[in-house]
Amino acid sequence: MELLVASAIGILTSAGLYLVLRLRTFPVIMGVSLLTYAVNIFLFASGRLTVGAPPILSGATNYTDPLPQALVLTAIVISFGMTAVIVMISLGAYLGGDDDHIDDLAATPDAGLNSDLNTEDAQ
Amino acid sequence: MSLFLIVALPFLGALLPGLMNSAGRQACAGVTFTVTLTALIGLLTNLPTVLAGELITAQFDWIPLLGLNVTLMLDGLGFFFACLILGIGLLIITYARFYLAREDNMGEFFTYLLLFQGAMVGIVLSDNILLLLVFWELTSLSSFLLIGYWKHLPEGRQGARMALTVTGMGGLAMIGGMLILGQIVGSYDLSVILKNRALIQASPLYVPALILILLGCFTKSAQFPFHFWLPHAMAAPTPVSAYLHSATMVKAGIFLMARMWPVLSGTPEWFVIVTGAGLITMVLGAVIALFKHDLKALLAFSTVSHLGLISMLLGTGTAFGAMAAVFHILNHATFKAALFMSAGIIDHETHTRDIRRLGGLRHLMPVTFGIASLAALSMAGIPLLNGFLSKEMMLEEAYHTSLWGMPYLVPALATVGALFSAAYSFRLIGHVFLGPKRVDYPAPPHDPGAGLWLPPALLVVLVVVIGVAPFLAEPFVKLVTASVLGAAADVPHAHFKIWHGLVPALYMSIIAVVGGLALLAAFKPSLRFWDHMPRPEAKRIFDAVIATSVAMSRQVIHRLHDGAFSRYAAIMAVTVIAVGYHAWATGTVGAATRIAQPANPVQIAGWLMLVTATWGLVFLHRNRLLSLILIGIVGLIVSVGFVFFSAPDLAMTQLTVEVVTIILLLLALNFLPNRTPIESSVLRRTRDGAIAAAGGIATMAMSYHYLLRDSIAPSISEFHLANAYQGGGGKNVVNVILVDFRGFDTYGEIIVLGIAALLIFALTETLLAGPVRARLLNRKPDQPRAGIMHPMMMVVLTRVIMPVVLMVGFYVFWRGHNEPGGGFIAGLIVSIAVVMQYMASGFSWTAARISYPYHGVIGTGVLIAGLTGVGSWFFDKPFLTSDFTYVRIPPFEKFELATAALFDLGVFLAVVGAVMLSLESFSRLARRAHVPDADHPMDIDPSRDDITAKAEV
Repeated sequence: MELLVASAIGILTSAGLYLVLRLRTFPVIMGVSLLTYAVNIFLFASGRLTVGAPPILSGATNYTDPLPQALVLTAIVISFGMTAVIVMISLGAYLGGDDDHIDDLAATPDAGLNSDLNTEDAQ
Repeated sequence: MSLFLIVALPFLGALLPGLMNSAGRQACAGVTFTVTLTALIGLLTNLPTVLAGELITAQFDWIPLLGLNVTLMLDGLGFFFACLILGIGLLIITYARFYLAREDNMGEFFTYLLLFQGAMVGIVLSDNILLLLVFWELTSLSSFLLIGYWKHLPEGRQGARMALTVTGMGGLAMIGGMLILGQIVGSYDLSVILKNRALIQASPLYVPALILILLGCFTKSAQFPFHFWLPHAMAAPTPVSAYLHSATMVKAGIFLMARMWPVLSGTPEWFVIVTGAGLITMVLGAVIALFKHDLKALLAFSTVSHLGLISMLLGTGTAFGAMAAVFHILNHATFKAALFMSAGIIDHETHTRDIRRLGGLRHLMPVTFGIASLAALSMAGIPLLNGFLSKEMMLEEAYHTSLWGMPYLVPALATVGALFSAAYSFRLIGHVFLGPKRVDYPAPPHDPGAGLWLPPALLVVLVVVIGVAPFLAEPFVKLVTASVLGAAADVPHAHFKIWHGLVPALYMSIIAVVGGLALLAAFKPSLRFWDHMPRPEAKRIFDAVIATSVAMSRQVIHRLHDGAFSRYAAIMAVTVIAVGYHAWATGTVGAATRIAQPANPVQIAGWLMLVTATWGLVFLHRNRLLSLILIGIVGLIVSVGFVFFSAPDLAMTQLTVEVVTIILLLLALNFLPNRTPIESSVLRRTRDGAIAAAGGIATMAMSYHYLLRDSIAPSISEFHLANAYQGGGGKNVVNVILVDFRGFDTYGEIIVLGIAALLIFALTETLLAGPVRARLLNRKPDQPRAGIMHPMMMVVLTRVIMPVVLMVGFYVFWRGHNEPGGGFIAGLIVSIAVVMQYMASGFSWTAARISYPYHGVIGTGVLIAGLTGVGSWFFDKPFLTSDFTYVRIPPFEKFELATAALFDLGVFLAVVGAVMLSLESFSRLARRAHVPDADHPMDIDPSRDDITAKAEV
């Protein structure tokens, strides 16, 4: 069973990485979502795998580790918020520029720096 | 007055000039003056204690774990410098009030000035070297603002940048030096460090610490080879030059050398570096100063030269040298500030600072002539003025100093420095004030109002008084010297006298003055010689260094960050994998301590579904709608997995989040293209595949290894399990952790969620206000639309189910403390109930029926959670301490009331608000794109006909 979970984490990570490296916004968002799953399961699994012993106190002697669960619970909600933000940003970029490429290769990255130095030199 | 208040006053007062800006220049300068005067009076109230030789300290702990405490100390040296800073500050404020033009923003100027003043006072009163470093950096920053105050002048901006670069780099070096020093001694308190001379000088780290600290001091005090920034900083308004670059900031390095004198001085390294650099600076500065035509540049290089003189004296490491240094600091501050102000007056009245265009001003500006001449004669070292006294002492000390085994080197160079110093002082008087009256001044010169000449005049009175009656200054100088020397040496007995008899220093002095006069007489030929001599231009070298660094960093940046996100992502992934591999290859893995649990066919089937969906997503990701469905499957399997592995809360959260995420992505996909085109080459896809495979194998290997091993240290989870019920009053440990044990984390998280939602809202607003709005209005749907906008079945069903879903949400919320559930999950469930109404019945129909804004819901949630936390303060408990009790209201069963439930209510509201605000923002975009929604939920979308018509054509 450990091997199943570990390989699931691995497969989700590799699929997420591959999609994150694509050139359009939508697959990148998908990739980030997959990475989120992978990271959440990874964090969750740091409490090791326990079947049938939820951390609800009931007089039993053995419970699973509650701490990673609490951390992952908030992580799931926060990652929704973050996904929403990147979706909004990519949507804004697409609507504003009619282009959903993720790489801005048209603009040279240090055009701003150049112009700053040049104006100072000119003066 | 408390030392805290003295340091804090300028900082607090810095708020005032800005506020008083609209009240006029008088008010603006008035408040600044009052603040400084108050601080000065506060300082003077401590004078009796300082005179008694006691140390005044004040302390409170700031970051005690780092050894960084706000510890202030006032001794003779600190008192002397604080007096200089505040006293000359008063004169400068008065002077600046009349110097600044009407169009200069006076509030801004005085704010910067007070910030600078506070930082300087902080440096001289700090007892903790880390605190001193903080103030040290503050002086660099505030002086940057002051030098660049005239933002429209390129010289001002460039000078400010150069000063910041040089002093900032020095500051960095000094941080290193101070940290080493603190490590050697084991304390960051100056009072402790100063007592450990033997320990520090015996340490092998003494030399690195010394060099790093001296780098800081030399850059700040413009010592060779870092002297070049000071003349360029002269682009600042003259009050700034007079204040920063003669009396205060450039003395900060000198101050620190004096402060550290008891522990750092006396070694060969200290002597060679400090005296050597000081001597070179002194001679070089004086020579360059003579041939400068700009009045302020002349004074700037003369300052460099005099700072070198003081360094040289401190470097000798003798008690007499230290005393001469202290005395010269005082004298230099008086005559040089007066000279700078006089230069400012000349500039102000004649509109030029070029000595070649001046001359004959003694008849036109008699008052200025008097002030400037007395100050310049003092600088030249003429008897009966204070400069003479300290210069004699300097020459006397130089006469007894032998460097590199050459007994004549130091006296000879000192005499040469004094000679040039005399020469440029005479030139200042001769070429500016004496000579025939000219007709071609840029503006008709005349003496200024008292506001401008009174401050330098006061300083010149000091110059003369000390010069005529040195015994008046003697006790004070000796007091300061005593605190410089500390326990390292005794204060010398020598008295300050004008006439010491026929000693070597007198002959050297006479040579200097006579030689200076001779040099001035031969000024024209020597200038011609100077002009033909090749000299390195510091600014050009500095600019070249900067340009090279920029070019080199650009090389690196071009490789790593070329604006392509996918490249950053690839670099990041490869780096993480490589670092992970390094850890794996160099570390050791212990034996497995857990036994792998067997897997049954159902689990394998679940795993297969997950893997198939994930692989499908990768291969079919170009079809975007299909990829949404596939990612939904992945999410569902993950939720089921959480159920299976004893995490019911996670499963519920994942399931509900899945629903809202898919709705959100569907809303977005409404605008985005439906397919991703094939763009990347096979090579690139192979590369990405390789990176992805490596990352996947790495995470898999890591997960598999730790899943089969117990943690090496006991986990803190046991504590949570043991205390959840007694301490938190809940049986669902995950929920208790969220709302109680780690409530502060949760509080932060709901705030983050709220901010994310507000960000989405703001982005939508921005988009809709800009050109995108027109594009959305003109947009035609790119695929056939269903004829029914609001299917009847869905409308009816969602409305019927709404109360049920709300009830479920309520139930999940309340049982959350003891059973799976809680604020996060309930919030998501309720959001889904509301979103269903938007989806089924349309935006406007739903919006018309919701009477509260979602921003308000987020705010209320955060506020309730925060107030619940604050509530515990009223019971003298830390923030977010929870309490609970059990009550029974017939006919219900006994139930629990906990403050944690109130906190959870805050979480619930924040989640509902955040989710709804995000989704609503997205659908607002959608609304702009279409014809407005109809009032009735069930009707026909007219755009359907458009599409069909187009398709037929």
